[in-house]
Amino acid sequence: MSRCVEETSTTISNLRALQQKLDQQLNEDINEKMYWKRKCELLEQEVKDLKSKKTEPVRSKIATMSSEVVDSNPYSRLMALQRMGIVDNYQDIRNYTVAVVGVGGVGSVTSEMLTRCGVGKLILFDYDKVELANMNRLFFTPEQSGLSKVEAARDTLTNINPDVEIHVHNYNITHVDHFDHFMNTIGTGGLQGNSVDIVLSCVDNFEARMAINQACNELGQVWIESGVSENAVSGHIQLIHPGRTACFSCAPPLIVASKIDEKTLKREGVCAASLPTTMGVVAGLLVQNTLKYLLKFGEVTEYLGYNALNDFFPQFNLKPNPTCDSNACLKQQKIWAEKAPVQKEEEVVEEKVLHEEDWGISVVDEEGGTTSEDLSVTEGLRLAYTMDKANNDNLQENLVSVDEGTSLEDLMKQMNQL
Amino acid sequence: MVDAATKKTLAAIPLLKTKAGPRDKEEWPMRLKEEVTSLIKYIQNNKEADNDWLRIQSNKEGTRWFGKCWYIQDYKKYEFELEFDIPVTYPSTAPEIAIPELDGKTAKMYRGGKICLTEHFKPLWSRNAPKFGVAHALALGLGPWMAVEVPELIKRGVVVHKDDQPSGE
Repeated sequence: MSRCVEETSTTISNLRALQQKLDQQLNEDINEKMYWKRKCELLEQEVKDLKSKKTEPVRSKIATMSSEVVDSNPYSRLMALQRMGIVDNYQDIRNYTVAVVGVGGVGSVTSEMLTRCGVGKLILFDYDKVELANMNRLFFTPEQSGLSKVEAARDTLTNINPDVEIHVHNYNITHVDHFDHFMNTIGTGGLQGNSVDIVLSCVDNFEARMAINQACNELGQVWIESGVSENAVSGHIQLIHPGRTACFSCAPPLIVASKIDEKTLKREGVCAASLPTTMGVVAGLLVQNTLKYLLKFGEVTEYLGYNALNDFFPQFNLKPNPTCDSNACLKQQKIWAEKAPVQKEEEVVEEKVLHEEDWGISVVDEEGGTTSEDLSVTEGLRLAYTMDKANNDNLQENLVSVDEGTSLEDLMKQMNQL
Repeated sequence: MVDAATKKTLAAIPLLKTKAGPRDKEEWPMRLKEEVTSLIKYIQNNKEADNDWLRIQSNKEGTRWFGKCWYIQDYKKYEFELEFDIPVTYPSTAPEIAIPELDGKTAKMYRGGKICLTEHFKPLWSRNAPKFGVAHALALGLGPWMAVEVPELIKRGVVVHKDDQPSGE
C-alpha cells in the first residue's frame, strides 16, 4: 500500500514538472509569436509609408505649359526659350514621344533631361537591375539597388514631372522572343498610335546597337546612337536617318581617337571603366541634338565625337554605304533616292569603300598589318577596324557539307550523344 | 591575337554557307543544320587532338544554347556551365557567351556572366561573317578566355575544385 502511495506521488510530481516545462515552453512560443507579429506590423507600416511617399507626386498634372514667370511654374524657364526667339513653339514638345533604349549611365540621365524638358511620352527599355556598382554614375540612388532599372527610373521620373507619360519594358531587345514586341512598340508607341518620333540608343554593347539598327532600318525610323568608350575618356553621338545617312552597319564602328597609344592601354585586368562626367556630357549632347531635331531649331548634328583628354569635338557626315550588309538599309537607300533625286550634300567627305566582300575565299584576321592611317576617316576619328581582306593569311577553305538526308533532330541527337 | 595553334584549330572547323538568323523563318533551319554539323566536327577534332573541352546543345528552335566546358589543371578537372542566346542580328553579330556561375568573380566579365572578349574577336567575327558560326565563337572566344582566366581564378582561390571544397553545409 505505502509503495503504491509513493509511486503515485512520484508520478504526480513528475507530471507537475512536465506541466511546468510545457507552460514555460508555451510562454516562449507566445513571446516569439508576439515578437514576429509585432515585427510584421512594423514592416507593413514601413512599406505603407514608403509606398505613400512614392505614389504621391508633389504636384498634380498641368494641362498646358504656361510662360508665366512664377516660382510655382516648372515650365517658365523652358517657355522663355520661345520669348527669346530660340524655339518657335516650345509647347510642341508635349506632342512628341521618345524611346530610350538602355537606362544606364547615359540613358538614365537622358531620360531625366527629357522628363524635365516636359516631353510628351517616354518609352524606356532595359533588362538590367540597379546595382551598387552603378553608383559612380548619375541618377540612381543606393536604396534602389535590386530594383529593375526601368521601374526605378519610372518612379523617380514620375515624381519629377507627372505630366510625362512613361511606359517601361523590362526585357532584352536582342532576344528573338522580345524583338517583335520591341519593333511594334517603336512602330506604334507614339501618342496617337503612330511611330515614336525618335529612338535614342543608350546601350553599352554592339549586339544591342545592331538590333536597334535592324529595327529602325526596317521601320525607316530616325534614331540617334550614343556611346562612351570603354576607357571612359571619349564618347560620341550619331544621327541615323535610314537611307539618308549611314546606318550602324554601313561601316565598322567609328572610334574617337584618344591619342593614347593603344599598346600602352592596359586592358588585361578589366573590361570597362566609366566616369559620370563623360556620361553626363554625352547624355547632354544626345538630348541637345534631340531637342534641336524635334523642335526644329539650330543645326542637327549627324556625328559629334568627344575626346575628353584633349577637349576635341570632331564632327563628321556619313553617307550610307551602297554595299551595306543590311538589306533593310539598302531598301531605305532606294526609297530615299527616289524621294530626293538630287541629293544636296554640302560637304561630301571622300567616300571610302569600306565593305568589299567576296564570300568564300578565306578566313581573315588582322595580322595583315593594317596601319592606323588606313582607318582614319577625319581628324580625330577612325574606324574600329577595316573590312579589308588584303594581306590576309590564306587558310585552306573548309566549307561545311550538310548531309541532306539527316534531319535537324537527328543531327542534334548526334551532337548530344558525343 | 590569333596564334598559329588557334589558326590551325580554326582551319579545321567547317565554315558555314547560309546567311540566316533566327528571324529568317525559311532559311534558319538550314543554317542550324550547318551549325550543328560544324559543331560535331569541331568536337570530334578536339577529341582527336586530345583536347576535348566542351559539350553543347540547344533548344529545338536553336535560339538558346547551353552546355558544359571544362579546364584541366594539375590533373584536376574544373567544370563550368555555359549558356548563350542567338541574337536577332546573328550572324552579323556573334553570340554573347556567358558562364553565369563566375559572375562577379572576375573583372573580365560583363553583367550576367558574359565573358569579356578580346578586342580582336569582334573585328575577326565581322570580317568573317556569315561564315563563322557557334563553333568558331567557342573556339575563338570562350577557349582563349578560359585559358587565361581560369588559371587566374584558381590561383586567387575564387574557383576551388569540387574535391577540395570544405564538406558539409
